[in-house]
Amino acid sequence: MNFDPRYSTRNFTAVGTRPIRPDGIDKVTGRARYGADFNMAGQLVGRILRSPHAHAKIKKIDTSKAEKLPGVKAVITAADLPDHTNGDAAMYDILDNCMARKKALYDGHAVAAVAAIDARTARQALKLIEVDYEVLAHVTDVDEAMKHGAPLINDAVFTEGLEEKPVKPSNVTKRSQFGHGDVHAGFGHADFVVERSFRTEQTHQGYIEPHACVASANADGTADLWVCTQGHFVYRQHCAQLLGMDASKLRVTSSEIGGGFGGKTHVWAEPVALALSRKAGRPVKLVMTRDEVFRASGPTSATSIDVRIGARKDGTITAAEATLRYSCGPYAGSWAEVGAMTSFACYRLENVKTVGYEVLVNRPKTAAYRAPSAPMAAFAVESAIDELAKMVGMDPVDFRIKNAAQEGTRSSYGPVYGPIGIGPTLEAVKNHPHMKAPLGKNQGRGMACGFWFNFGGQTCTDLNIGMDGSVSLAVGTIDVGGSRASLSLIAAEELGIAYEHVKAVVADTSSLGYNDMTDGSRGTFSTSMATISAARNAIRTLRERAAQMWDISVDDVAWEHGHAVARGEKHGNLGKLSLKEIAAASGTTGGPIAGHSELVADGAGVSFATHICDIEVDPETGATRVLRYTVVQDAGKAVHPTYVEGQYQGGAAQGIGWALNEEYIYGKDGRLQNAGFLDYRIPVCSDLPMIDTQILEIPNPNHPYGVRGVGETSIVPPLAAIANALSNAAGVRMTHIPMSPPRVLAALEAAREG
Amino acid sequence: MVEVTLWGSLGRAAGGTNKLDIEAKDIRELFRKLAEQHPGLQPWIDRGIAVSIDGTIYRDTWSKQLPQDAEIFLLPRLAGG
Repeated sequence: MNFDPRYSTRNFTAVGTRPIRPDGIDKVTGRARYGADFNMAGQLVGRILRSPHAHAKIKKIDTSKAEKLPGVKAVITAADLPDHTNGDAAMYDILDNCMARKKALYDGHAVAAVAAIDARTARQALKLIEVDYEVLAHVTDVDEAMKHGAPLINDAVFTEGLEEKPVKPSNVTKRSQFGHGDVHAGFGHADFVVERSFRTEQTHQGYIEPHACVASANADGTADLWVCTQGHFVYRQHCAQLLGMDASKLRVTSSEIGGGFGGKTHVWAEPVALALSRKAGRPVKLVMTRDEVFRASGPTSATSIDVRIGARKDGTITAAEATLRYSCGPYAGSWAEVGAMTSFACYRLENVKTVGYEVLVNRPKTAAYRAPSAPMAAFAVESAIDELAKMVGMDPVDFRIKNAAQEGTRSSYGPVYGPIGIGPTLEAVKNHPHMKAPLGKNQGRGMACGFWFNFGGQTCTDLNIGMDGSVSLAVGTIDVGGSRASLSLIAAEELGIAYEHVKAVVADTSSLGYNDMTDGSRGTFSTSMATISAARNAIRTLRERAAQMWDISVDDVAWEHGHAVARGEKHGNLGKLSLKEIAAASGTTGGPIAGHSELVADGAGVSFATHICDIEVDPETGATRVLRYTVVQDAGKAVHPTYVEGQYQGGAAQGIGWALNEEYIYGKDGRLQNAGFLDYRIPVCSDLPMIDTQILEIPNPNHPYGVRGVGETSIVPPLAAIANALSNAAGVRMTHIPMSPPRVLAALEAAREG
Repeated sequence: MVEVTLWGSLGRAAGGTNKLDIEAKDIRELFRKLAEQHPGLQPWIDRGIAVSIDGTIYRDTWSKQLPQDAEIFLLPRLAGG
């Protein structure tokens, strides 16, 4: 890689426009092919048997009756997925999560699977599998799991990160700590202190498309996987490692994706489908039911957070601390660590300390969900910040502006910030018409800030110029939010041609070099960088070909607005050569013209947002309704503004659902009580107002066009913005998410009773 | 010579210090010397450490140069959703 990613100002032609997305017609007409839409000749139906127990030792599995059922072609257990992880603890956890090896660790944990000629036979076969369980005591609550005497989920776990090495196993896998200064001294200088404890319940990403794949293992040791995923190269790596294959022998093709939001960054059923296909010798389609998606694919952490913040009478925060306990499911994670890093990132603090605890519970393995871990921390901190502003007697926006981080501020997680956007989002909110709109009875307005890191990663892109001058762009990052349109705009911009002449596709894993997955708000940031690099490589070739056609030195050929231009007085009589003309001649000037790029996109740049929410509370029922919602966020440069707005709106909509309704409810038996969209209520269109957006463009110095990631930050502020609005509407401070009608009504009644 | 700041938990693995002076020209050399001088850090490096250089976080560009007067801060290598 020899590519300079630094930002330089330029006047854009294609970037910043809003063309129709290339996948739009297929999606609205039903022609788009999602995970379950792929079929192969001779394909079998795969089904998974799941534990009904939250915690149980698997003493014996008898599959003999299922195997004898006519139409059953394969039955597998963990014995069919031998351990190829070579001491990689994280991969072993993934293997164990895909198929329980010794213990079932949560309600829904896979214990066996079948492949049969049809769904009915597969279901019958599951009923014939006999599992002898020894049921163990379980724990699903994050605080209960930390208590002395709580059922141990893994007796080989000893807490990392403690001053003294522990002598007893624990459900706490890790303690992490961040901060600087002296919080004890800082609180000594405070005139006002807010101290509160908060809880947030576990939520699911709620993607509409369930996990689905078709696996076809061939007799020669190769295999194909058609799958709905956020990262087909990562799925290839994981599946190949878990099945003991060479990665190059497994070709993974990604389908369209009906939502992922972090939940499709992780393999769940795909290794099982491949193992079934390998054993049956036929392709196997495996589609999770909604019940399975809830019970056995990645929800967020449930959390328990204590926050303490102090301020002087003039509104200066003197100290801030938080203790964050995040559930990980039954396997180690770093979810509280991220919460501890993000919690106070919006503020300029002399004294700050955050401590995170990762806690094992008998729930599904926690997975990422859009700015993972940040929304819960922001809920606690931004609620306390609002309360502190009231104590001080300042407007909540002015209080935040006074304490906002800026360039040169030492962040609460460690490094000193470069140029950042929290201040501009707060100023934009302060001046936004929404803040001045009148409110009615039982209505309140709240606002809150949010932070997310954004990431880049390994990226590989091919740009091929056809002989007719049209351009094919092959990328390896999944299009989760319109990136094929955005990347086509980038290629058009760099080459100087029309958007309509560029066609972007997501290439399969055998057609392109490795790409990290589409996560961390990296899709457009990283792949646009690689596309610019590939286009510049193609332009170098185009200049060389033009030089051949003119019989002059390439040093005398420049590239301007889609044309080769001869430079210098001696070439003054040469006209321009268009990309199309150069492409048409390519057969006799050296063959196909292409640009390739492989790079690591680092320097994504941190992201901030500030949200405003108006809410109405029904004092009789505790029901709430979001009346108006505004998102203000820095995009660096909005490549396709409509899709940037869509990301802002999507994050806010999911945050509203998280804040008001969504939660995993477990019974005393450790079983999930609401594994379906009827009982786990995500917001629908009629629940939401039009979500207004304001895009700020503060260029990222580490991207040629100034692009930042935009996909995740917008889910960070809503929990607190809504809690603050509800507090202003009804005079009650809600400390438990979701703020569902029963919880709000209980808080209102408690307030009435004094 | 660059001064490197370690986040809390990593500092414990390095023997209880949160600042180290290391002679390193880029991230690759920094990790190599950290592991040589503090073997307890090797498992952390294997699991993934990100390097913040003047506030910009680098996860994978190990060829990134470390300017003498830059603020170098080590962080956990995180992922998003």
